[in-house]
Amino acid sequence: MSTQSLVTPYRKLREDTLARDRGLREKVMSLEEAAKLVSDGDHVALGGCHLSRTPYAMIWALIRARKQNLTVSRSIASSESDLLLASGVSRHVVTSWFSQGLIWGVSKVMRHYTENKLAVFEEWSHMSMGLRYRAGAMGIPFMPSRTMLGSGVGERLGDGLKTMTCPFTGEELALLPALNPDVALIHVQRCDAYGNAQLDGLQFMDLDIAMAAKRVILTTERIISNEQIRRTPDQTRIPFFTVDAVVEVQIGCAPHECYGVYEPFFSHLDEYAHMTTEDAVKGAQDYLARYYYEPKSWADYLSKLGMDAVLDACRRGRSVHND
Amino acid sequence: MTKHQSGGTTYTASELLCVMAARLLKDGQTVFAGIGVPLLAATLAQHQFAPHLTILFEGGTIGPRIVPGELPPSTNEQRCTRYANMVLPITDVLLLLQRGYVDIGFMGGAQIDRFGNLNSSFIGDADNPKTRLPGTGGGNDISSLTNMIVAMKHEKRRFVPDVDFITSPGWIRGRRSRAEAGLPEGGLWRVVTDLALMGFDEETREMKVLALQHGVTREQVQDNTGFKLLFDRKVETVEPPRKEELATLRRLDPDRRFTA
Repeated sequence: MSTQSLVTPYRKLREDTLARDRGLREKVMSLEEAAKLVSDGDHVALGGCHLSRTPYAMIWALIRARKQNLTVSRSIASSESDLLLASGVSRHVVTSWFSQGLIWGVSKVMRHYTENKLAVFEEWSHMSMGLRYRAGAMGIPFMPSRTMLGSGVGERLGDGLKTMTCPFTGEELALLPALNPDVALIHVQRCDAYGNAQLDGLQFMDLDIAMAAKRVILTTERIISNEQIRRTPDQTRIPFFTVDAVVEVQIGCAPHECYGVYEPFFSHLDEYAHMTTEDAVKGAQDYLARYYYEPKSWADYLSKLGMDAVLDACRRGRSVHND
Repeated sequence: MTKHQSGGTTYTASELLCVMAARLLKDGQTVFAGIGVPLLAATLAQHQFAPHLTILFEGGTIGPRIVPGELPPSTNEQRCTRYANMVLPITDVLLLLQRGYVDIGFMGGAQIDRFGNLNSSFIGDADNPKTRLPGTGGGNDISSLTNMIVAMKHEKRRFVPDVDFITSPGWIRGRRSRAEAGLPEGGLWRVVTDLALMGFDEETREMKVLALQHGVTREQVQDNTGFKLLFDRKVETVEPPRKEELATLRRLDPDRRFTA
């Protein structure tokens, strides 16, 4: 791993930011239009974590747009990253943990692509992923930390992880390179047309990812007015000037969950695990054909998941509001 | 499903792990818990004797209250936030470990060695693995920064002389090697299995049997371990799970999702 390419030079970071249109302007568009903001070869950070607030609708659009050679990073990668590998959109996933979920065992798709060296699963500890995004958000080139030392995880990163002796205390510290993704995909419960986003429930690494990224695509369950945002600005977690696109997509994390709106579509996740058990490649291709390439729209995709499944996920999701 | 028996009571290996691990916790502690046995054990301790014990979840939750029958399937979903004191970004909840607010980190394990190093990344050579496993998650952070309890099934293929890959460091190569690697705090404190309770020798940091599960012999523990174990001078036999401990567990996990 070349150290140079890991960290965006500070001058470039500042210039790229200055060049963005950061005015308070409307930026609502369709999934297809937003997909054009992602270029082949980009580093794309995915918001949410594991089965939660996964920006699935935007990933679905990128796969349908046949993007290529994306490097994908996420705090914990799940089935969405399986599908990014199986569709050929990505050959490189940077994350701390990669499988659909503990209850489904180790992902056969991840295993196929990594064990046959068709793709790279670059492993960092979970806190290290977070501190890399945070350093990117802070505009500094690295963050010192006290983990990954003495482990195979740290050793395997080669030049990706450096150590230094603290100039104040003389202690040995790990240095994590800042991560400034080209694009961040983040799904939220609500935002306005300018991109002021309010999040409910767990925030994961989304705030740091939004601040670190060079472009942000927000998908949202609801677009609300700027007036409504201004009544509760303390609830706003992502400011408009970091955001480049706003796409309203209902049930936009399906088959994963969106806090307070729907829980994961467990039966569908069972179906995916089942389809990819025997023959991971064929199973994933069949799955992509049925759920990614055939549907005419996101609504058509949701119809394929089934009305019963949608209602069941929503009933469970909203139950957090019950006493 | 392995059935264990004591008196008139039967229980599974997972239930045994939960009960034994719970007994190692103390009231007032802050426990960073993984999903499954660690979470159940910490919740059992809260119900039995530790009402002031605080659970932290990697997804960003401080002090949730677990709803019986609604155990979260991972540490990152909305079920983890029920009746919590606070939710934080993931990075910040993990930084609580680095700051020193956590008494015990508590995880399951796939492969462990005589120095308590854990592997959840590769089976076989990392460059040409037989199996690519899901990886560290927060495991490396937790094991680097706090005192750890690991709960796992006791099998020879899981208890190996040296792990194929150190995902989460224990005592590394023993003696002072952990501190010398830049990890001055924490370390693997206890390993709980369906056969025994183990700690680590203060000097050499090799795994040492402290107590045997009810009805288990020293030979059985050694036969199911891929390296030579140390035995404490006074190896006791632990009291089998009590009826009220099992009843609480079964109330928490009525569908036996984590205790089958």
